[in-house]
Amino acid sequence: MPSLLFEQGAPGRGNTFVANPGAPSRYLDASLLRSELPLPDHAEIEVARHFTELSHRNFSVDTNFYPLGSCTMKYNPKLNEAVAAFPGFTDLHPFAPDAGAQGALHLLWDMERSLSALFGMTEFSLMPAAGAHGEITAMLMAKKYFTQTGQGARNLCLVPDTAHGTNPASAAMVGYRVVSIPSTSRGRTDVAALKSKLDGATAVCMMTNPNTLGLFEDDIIDITKAVHAAGGLMYYDGANANAIVGLVRPGDMGFDLLHLNLHKTFSVPHGGGGPGSGPVGANAKLAKYLPKPIVIRNGDGSFALNWERASSIGPVRGFWSHFLAVVRAYAYIIVHGEEGLRRNSQLAVLNANYVRAKIKDVLTVPYDDFCRHEFVCSAETLKKETGVRALDLAKGLLDAGIHAPTMYWPHVVPECLMIEPTETETRETLDNFSATIHALVKQAHDDPTSMAELPLHTPVRRVDEAHVGRQANKGIGLRWQPK
Amino acid sequence: MYTPHTDDEIRAMLAEIGAPSLEVLSSPPRGLEIKESLGLPPALPEAEAYAHLKALADKNDAARKISFLGAGAYRHYQPPAVPWFAMRSEFLTAYTPYQAEASQGSLQAIFEWQTYVCLLTGMDVSNASLYDGATALVEGVIMAMHANGRKRVLVSQAVHPMYRAVLATYAAGMGLEVIEMPYNAAGVTDLSRGADHARGASCVVVQSPNFFGCIEDVAASSKLAHDDDAVSISVTAEALSLGVLKTPRESGADIALGEAQSFGLPVGYGGPYVGFIASTKEHVRRLPGRLVGETTDVDGRRAFVLTLQGREQHIRRELATSNICTNQALCALIATVYLATVGATGLRSIATTNLRRARELSDALTSITGFSRAFATPVFNEFCLRTPVPAEQLVKALERRGILAGLPLSRFYPELTHHLLICATELTTSDDIRHLNSALAEETSRAVAVV
Repeated sequence: MPSLLFEQGAPGRGNTFVANPGAPSRYLDASLLRSELPLPDHAEIEVARHFTELSHRNFSVDTNFYPLGSCTMKYNPKLNEAVAAFPGFTDLHPFAPDAGAQGALHLLWDMERSLSALFGMTEFSLMPAAGAHGEITAMLMAKKYFTQTGQGARNLCLVPDTAHGTNPASAAMVGYRVVSIPSTSRGRTDVAALKSKLDGATAVCMMTNPNTLGLFEDDIIDITKAVHAAGGLMYYDGANANAIVGLVRPGDMGFDLLHLNLHKTFSVPHGGGGPGSGPVGANAKLAKYLPKPIVIRNGDGSFALNWERASSIGPVRGFWSHFLAVVRAYAYIIVHGEEGLRRNSQLAVLNANYVRAKIKDVLTVPYDDFCRHEFVCSAETLKKETGVRALDLAKGLLDAGIHAPTMYWPHVVPECLMIEPTETETRETLDNFSATIHALVKQAHDDPTSMAELPLHTPVRRVDEAHVGRQANKGIGLRWQPK
Repeated sequence: MYTPHTDDEIRAMLAEIGAPSLEVLSSPPRGLEIKESLGLPPALPEAEAYAHLKALADKNDAARKISFLGAGAYRHYQPPAVPWFAMRSEFLTAYTPYQAEASQGSLQAIFEWQTYVCLLTGMDVSNASLYDGATALVEGVIMAMHANGRKRVLVSQAVHPMYRAVLATYAAGMGLEVIEMPYNAAGVTDLSRGADHARGASCVVVQSPNFFGCIEDVAASSKLAHDDDAVSISVTAEALSLGVLKTPRESGADIALGEAQSFGLPVGYGGPYVGFIASTKEHVRRLPGRLVGETTDVDGRRAFVLTLQGREQHIRRELATSNICTNQALCALIATVYLATVGATGLRSIATTNLRRARELSDALTSITGFSRAFATPVFNEFCLRTPVPAEQLVKALERRGILAGLPLSRFYPELTHHLLICATELTTSDDIRHLNSALAEETSRAVAVV
């Protein structure tokens, strides 16, 4: 067990980074200075050993199969990393004059045009920092649209019960009341229930398609038409866009607004929880509300940041984009082209259906249709027969060096495991995963009590979450404290 | 490209699935298919894509110029150890650490980041990170609103203009009333003008060092806030200043937030950076986003785990404290490796070098006839230079000479026409300062001669 950084080091250790400038009190009055700086000093070798050891205590795509549903843990090409590290990108200041940033502006412009073409939108903003940030951006745009068109009283946001938690949370931030729409036994949004909720108070309907059960909402045209007829807007949550790139466009389905997750669909590494990038696209009706600035191409072919957008909601973060994340996604787009991107989506669907076919005899797959890029299965029968839960299966996978699928969500499927293999995995990896599931189900029948012990071989085993929660409520246990 | 499937494998897998073709398996319902080319350029072989991106990077001349730009994005030395360890695949290609058993590396690093933020700000608790300084301000304001149910925000005009613009974007959608306190002749917030509006305010927000580089009296703004039970929020856009300046907590702030790009992250044309937020214990349940806590596993070993998830969107949906999900974990890791590498000794000496370079720069430039410091208030590493001709004009002239002289404040403050925001860091050399000095002197005399 590696000790914490704060339990290592000794005062005075560490490299010399700058010539000794003397004491800060040479430059500032002591009343402005802090009384102490209680950080540890480390030799570089301590830092090296510490973080290398921590890295060994992580699963990652480069070390493990990571079939985490709705997260699109595909391989992150190393080309992306190399180009994002070019000094011409990293050393460029956000307040650099446009004339000195033409390469970056050109890239952003190309990216914006490519995304608009791929998703059937009029224009994109690359400013939002992540998916949820894209959602709140779109909700702010919707609210401004309704306010400016004299419909400010509209305050209902329809969200299917299979939606990501960020959807209702984002809608609530702009004061919208969330109305949950149930799913049918086919795993699709209940269109009749949705239509029954539509009225003059409808603001936005937020949909993910394919939905989080991995199924295409085949009534989508009917839904978007009905919402539009009621005066509402359609919002596309792009979390599952990896199933559709080059195959179908949200704009053609009737969506007015959408966000993408460049860290899912476009291979920006997840970084252990970010940074992401969550571009927002809008159709002709909503584009003028997009955040500013947006890159434009001048008549002479040069590029510029354009702040002259009178109806824009304004900026949503401090600077123009998660630029170095956008560079990575741009590299991914140009090496694939339209055909390659479409092929990736097709192979993502292939891999998911292959795993589905391989495990449906040992776990319940609740919906008959072929899935898209992911599918859900249920361990409810297994639990009834053996007492072993989806959680136990997931923990057993960890011992086999496989990251757990997404669990217990969406809530409409009990004992749910949501599996998204992505297109970059080999058939051997998928076969090994299926065999592991089969072996764990067998173990559940043969020796059910042993399953609650899993995992046995991870750096730590199951942790006490209740204790830490009680402490954290009091602000304890959330940081290292000196003894 | 990066997919491994051979044609034979695809055929065999389709047979296993019972589907006739990839197209049948993956096509949308009839009528929704894309029928024509979308007009993207043809795919580039990897070597050509690399060269294409290299050419785009090389077109950014501004990345190679002598730069005195700061204004919320700071050029600092990045010790090579920092990216070497932080960018390891095991960190870079991991997901959010929901599975504690498979994510102890990321979880412990976040716990260490939370600790560093607390130690630097003097606060009790901190979270896993936020998108950037501007959105951290929004989250801090929302925390205050949840704490006291009030909807009026009192914010200094000397807070970064982009942060205020982002706050205005959110405020319009959230029904918040934002009242701005003007700055005074010393370049700091005129709290007496704010006092008229303090009654009933949810929070009082100042930034220190503020956008003009001036060190604010955060203790005074905290008092203004506390006199009417409002929350005192202290913003730090240049986190390196925390290495020497009085902590937000020492100045009575309840919430300390800001931007930590200076801790090992490149300016990168604006991102990704890393926002931080910290508070006193009493606000812990109102913190946005992810929190890591220390616990033990079933064998009694020390372990780390995401905690208080009952505040978060994936559990609480529309009742969450924030909608944030993905944050800036890798950027927070980079900052953590940076802080571990430089330590207290390094951080203090780097921060003090910033004080020293800013002093040198100021001395050099104010020796030119017609140039002076616009504000007398002490600064950290940037300051507002009063120029004898419009700053915008000087900046343009210096660009042609290969120098980015700073930010003309007229860009955000129309009244500050002859004011240049200019920054020196430990990367600023005496040669850089000499070049700027002579270029400014020459361009000014040329401009004056033309007049």
